Amino acid sequence: MSDNASLRTPSQRIAWTATIIVSALVFIFLIAPILAIMPLSFSSGSYLTYPLPGLSLRWYDDFISSPRWMNSLKNSMIIGVASTLLSMVLGTLAALGLAQWKSRFKPLVLAFVLSPVVVPGVITAVGLYFFFAPIGLTGSYLGLILAHTALATPFVVITVGATLQSFDTNLSRAAASLGASPLQAFRRVILPLILPGLASGALFAFATSFDEVVIVLFMAGPEQRTLPREMFSGIRENISPTITAAAVILTAVSVILLATLEGLRRRNERLKAGG
Amino acid sequence: MTDALLTGGNASTEVPLKRRLRRAERTRQVKALALVLPLLVFLLFTFAGPIAGMLWRAVDDREVRQVLPQTVAALADWDGKDLPDEKAYAALASDIVAARASGTIAIAAKRLNYALNGFRTILTSTARNLKTMPEPGAAKETLGKINAAWRERATWTTIRDASGPITGFYLLAALDLVRNVDGAIVAAPPDQAIYRSLFTRTFIISLSVTALCLILGFPVAYLLATLPPGRSNLLMIFVLLPFWTSLLVRTCAWIVLLQSKGVVNDSLHWLGIIDEPLRLIYNRFGVCVAMTHVLLPFMILPLYSSMKAISPAYMRAAASLGAPPFTAFLRIYLPQTLPGIGAGSLLVFILALGYYITPALVGGAADQMISYFIALYTTETANWGLASALGAVLLLATILLALVYGKLVQGQQVTGGMKN
Repeated sequence: MSDNASLRTPSQRIAWTATIIVSALVFIFLIAPILAIMPLSFSSGSYLTYPLPGLSLRWYDDFISSPRWMNSLKNSMIIGVASTLLSMVLGTLAALGLAQWKSRFKPLVLAFVLSPVVVPGVITAVGLYFFFAPIGLTGSYLGLILAHTALATPFVVITVGATLQSFDTNLSRAAASLGASPLQAFRRVILPLILPGLASGALFAFATSFDEVVIVLFMAGPEQRTLPREMFSGIRENISPTITAAAVILTAVSVILLATLEGLRRRNERLKAGG
Repeated sequence: MTDALLTGGNASTEVPLKRRLRRAERTRQVKALALVLPLLVFLLFTFAGPIAGMLWRAVDDREVRQVLPQTVAALADWDGKDLPDEKAYAALASDIVAARASGTIAIAAKRLNYALNGFRTILTSTARNLKTMPEPGAAKETLGKINAAWRERATWTTIRDASGPITGFYLLAALDLVRNVDGAIVAAPPDQAIYRSLFTRTFIISLSVTALCLILGFPVAYLLATLPPGRSNLLMIFVLLPFWTSLLVRTCAWIVLLQSKGVVNDSLHWLGIIDEPLRLIYNRFGVCVAMTHVLLPFMILPLYSSMKAISPAYMRAAASLGAPPFTAFLRIYLPQTLPGIGAGSLLVFILALGYYITPALVGGAADQMISYFIALYTTETANWGLASALGAVLLLATILLALVYGKLVQGQQVTGGMKN
């Protein structure tokens, strides 16, 4: 323990032990529910409880052979990827602009750009429902992609902005003085350096869209139901083990995203330490 | 740039250079703004516009004046003290005949029924029984015969108050207030006054969840901030994994754990602790547990970063000056974590206020929060005015709290260091 030196009195030791015990309980509270439902998806029985009668992949088979679930997975992917791409373009441009823009209105503009994160999902969803219905954007992929892009872009602006913060602007000046056009300088100098930041932004954006359900609830027609939306109705009606299989698939996606993000962060730290 | 080159050949170079720099800087600023502009326009269309539209719907009131235009015009100069004159009755009769022909009666009936329960019946029965226009001068008598409600002042003040084009009706209703017959704002009758208790409930649930998150999150953040980086990074996974796991998965997990034939009840039964399954879900307990689970990382992360910034030298200094550990913690450490506590608590509270999915799935009827009613009025009953008014109240609360939050975290790295 790094703190051993300061743990001199018994009361301090007791306090430290208590902190560890409480923290351990909180960690269990945080992680146990997620871990608890995983084995249930491999159960051969249809009751969601322990002990498992046997192991099987029948619920995954059920998931894969169900057009409803597979369609929802496909929709989540389509909407997730499309809104990630769109939010990357809009968010990166805005972050580049905000990094250079000097104005007293900047905090205001920044607050506006970031506000979709803070405003409750139901408000955005209701507003979009009223706004998009008359122009035929409810019950369409385009409407959902636009809505998810609005929610995801703030994360791109934050992550790319944070990367630009540590970017040495002399590099782009050097590129310009060596005769690179602004576009060339961006493509050959700036882009490679901020690529990890862009990747993190993209992951955040994808995760935002992939997990979003309130807007989908209001705006999606039966054709555009996403995976979380399908889970929502599944949980409402009756929790079948197929839902736990879907939950495991969703969690696997989250773990992959988180691991990639952590890898990017480590790589970035190494680069910084190396430079 | 070009004229600077043309004119500034042999003149003193200082002024043109300054001007050129200024101009270059201005071009840079315009270009920078041009890069932000696409996102601003996009958000105007997909975010700000829709929300402004929703706020407009909270005061928009044009249904009655579209369906009953002559009546609204005739009531414009009515003093409201006595029943309106024959002119208004004739206008109403003519409006109703016209509206029946165009099939728009239901639109006005729906709106008026919000203000006065039973108005739908009054209007539809009148429309059904009014075969032709009454004789000139006999409108008042005819309508009164068809439905006695037309002889009551409240019926007419309801139409007048719903004349639009804008109204405070929905916003007042969202605060359990109504206008009485004399136009004064009074408390709504008890059977309609449900929203203040809804706000109280939303507030209490959010506050409980915030308190739970703070109690559970503080020791964890302290542990993570105190442990050496290698170990705390490993433990951080326990915080980040739930943070990244889908909300639906986590809510689903709690239902599987807590339902009457769920994992917790089965285990307790198996251990012989209980005979009957405990009711752990579809009630307030389930809502608080599931919401705390979802929002806890939002408390731990700001707390952790504020604690990480506290130099251990302070505590050592306090100890060397003779402060007992508990006193040092209370007087030296805790005050320095206050910004983190404030930021984390506000963040959790703001997020909790607008929660919809979790209470909708794990709560009972008595645990639904304000978002649930906004959704209900939008999609089920299509009372869009009231949905928007409740939305306006929630939005106002969120914005005010977010402003406080913004003040609190000023200087901290929450905006990604993009402040001026």
